[in-house]
Amino acid sequence: MTNALKDERVQKTSFITNLLRRPEFGALMGALAIFVLFSSVDTTGNFGQPGGIAGWTDIAAPIGIVAVFVALLMIGGEFDLSTGIMVGTTGLLTGLLVTELGLDIWSSIIIVLIFAAGVGLLNGWLVVSTGLPSFIVTLATFFVLRGLNLAVTKGFTGTVRVGETDEATNYEQAAALLASRIEIFGASFQISILWWIFFTILATWILTRTKFGNWIYASGGDPNAARNAGVPVIRTKIILFMMTSLAAAFVGIMLVLRLKGMQAGQGVGIEFFYIIAAAVGGTLLTGGKGSAIGAALGAAIMGMAYIGIPYALWDSDLTFTFLGLILFTAVLINSFVGKRAMKGRKK
Amino acid sequence: MTAALELKKVSKQFGSVIAITDVTMEVNSGTVTCVLGDNGAGKSTLIKILSGVHKSSSGGFLMDGKPVDFGSPREAIAKGIATVYQDLATIPMMSVWRNFFLGNEITVGWGPFRMLNVKKMKELSKQQLLEMGIDLRDTEQPIGTLSGGERQAVAIARAVYFGAKVLILDEPTSALGVRQSGIVLKYVLAAKERGVAVVFITHNPHHAFLVGDRFYLLNRGKMTNDFKRANVKLDELTVAMAGGAELEALTHEIQQVKKP
Repeated sequence: MTNALKDERVQKTSFITNLLRRPEFGALMGALAIFVLFSSVDTTGNFGQPGGIAGWTDIAAPIGIVAVFVALLMIGGEFDLSTGIMVGTTGLLTGLLVTELGLDIWSSIIIVLIFAAGVGLLNGWLVVSTGLPSFIVTLATFFVLRGLNLAVTKGFTGTVRVGETDEATNYEQAAALLASRIEIFGASFQISILWWIFFTILATWILTRTKFGNWIYASGGDPNAARNAGVPVIRTKIILFMMTSLAAAFVGIMLVLRLKGMQAGQGVGIEFFYIIAAAVGGTLLTGGKGSAIGAALGAAIMGMAYIGIPYALWDSDLTFTFLGLILFTAVLINSFVGKRAMKGRKK
Repeated sequence: MTAALELKKVSKQFGSVIAITDVTMEVNSGTVTCVLGDNGAGKSTLIKILSGVHKSSSGGFLMDGKPVDFGSPREAIAKGIATVYQDLATIPMMSVWRNFFLGNEITVGWGPFRMLNVKKMKELSKQQLLEMGIDLRDTEQPIGTLSGGERQAVAIARAVYFGAKVLILDEPTSALGVRQSGIVLKYVLAAKERGVAVVFITHNPHHAFLVGDRFYLLNRGKMTNDFKRANVKLDELTVAMAGGAELEALTHEIQQVKKP
């Protein structure tokens, strides 16, 4: 008994163990490794320069903004496959409100955000009230919206595109806030990277420093135990679905402002990018563990691959193959390191 | 002295199934009341009535002499009845302090900027666990890294800290080894010392006998015996729990099988 007690006191957790225990550690190492890899195979000499960084962060930012909230939802124990299509739907809806109803851009944005919150609410409510897996419920939402995107767009415009959204009243104001460029170190960066950083900090703060964040971990970790402790699990999950939907809408609005229009097929397939970013970032698919910073790093890795592969003059058709390998390797390492770190803490 | 919690002829039916019949019991502050019963005796139903999950079909439920009627577990918790379930007490991947304050988080700040007071919660959880005799090096470690007994102990300390007047323990030792069970029993006594009315539900008469002040025996939905500590021996408890006559019959049967 004395022995056991003494052992417990003597054993100190090292700095390394503490570091390894952080869910985003793997993603950080991965991001550094990939940065070094593409910097060394780079044929343009531009990858590590501000101009190159502006290029790959431009790809990473819209992925990252949604991915950090997808990570929160996954930590809360649920999935959302309708995030990708929501980017398209909300972009198209913004366009239609502006061009068909002649609304000004700010009213359109507010209506679109309310619509997105409604879709998230519906997803969440259907999941908790039917008890069906969120994978199925949101897959259904995905296909319902995918069909509606085409049908409604064609119905109004006669084509598969909504255009001329820049003719909206106050378009310049909204574009300045959400789709402009800024000069940093002599390179022209998309303003979306500032939003990416902002949402990553916001999501990290929510997750680790608020009551709601504590409830997210608990709802995903063990919903029964959470309920016994008085956590409103159902409300927590529904709010998470709404947040995810709103993040997708934010990106949809950014996109329609930047492209001055939107294709009806936009967004199909990118839901997997968000899930990959979250998983690479150390979020457990079964819930209860993960990090928003990790998901943001996961998005950065994807951005780097998108720009780094053509810069290295590799076959850019293989980008998806590369991302698939990254996903598998990262999750394998995360799970291995995670287990080791847990073991290191045991007596 | 008025009992902290009292049941008077409580019955519960689920459709045509009678789960418990005319259960009468009294639980006093600063004592450990054991409810012993074999599988299917009605222990789970009794716990669910006490913790507000189910409503009784008939009979009286009193707290401090006043009748109460709980519509949900939340109402029971609000009245000071805390229930620690066997394996549904803590969330393994969350840290000890997050588990300790789950559902009762301490916050600072205002409106949308309200945030967790992490430092205070870490300090308080460490200090509270220490007062219950649980000495943890680091409350940041995931609670899943603690042993089963220690996890139960944290759940008990948490209930006591948040002002539980009545603490219901659902089979806290059934999944544990001897040494681990010992740890839990120690904290059961620590909770009792702090004036909590402990209801200890178990099928293990040995564990019950170590800590109990009063013993109720539940068999096939009925309270069959009611012993006070002073007038019962462990053997009597074991025999009574197995249903006395039934155990004798069983012994006889086994001997019949053994003979040839």
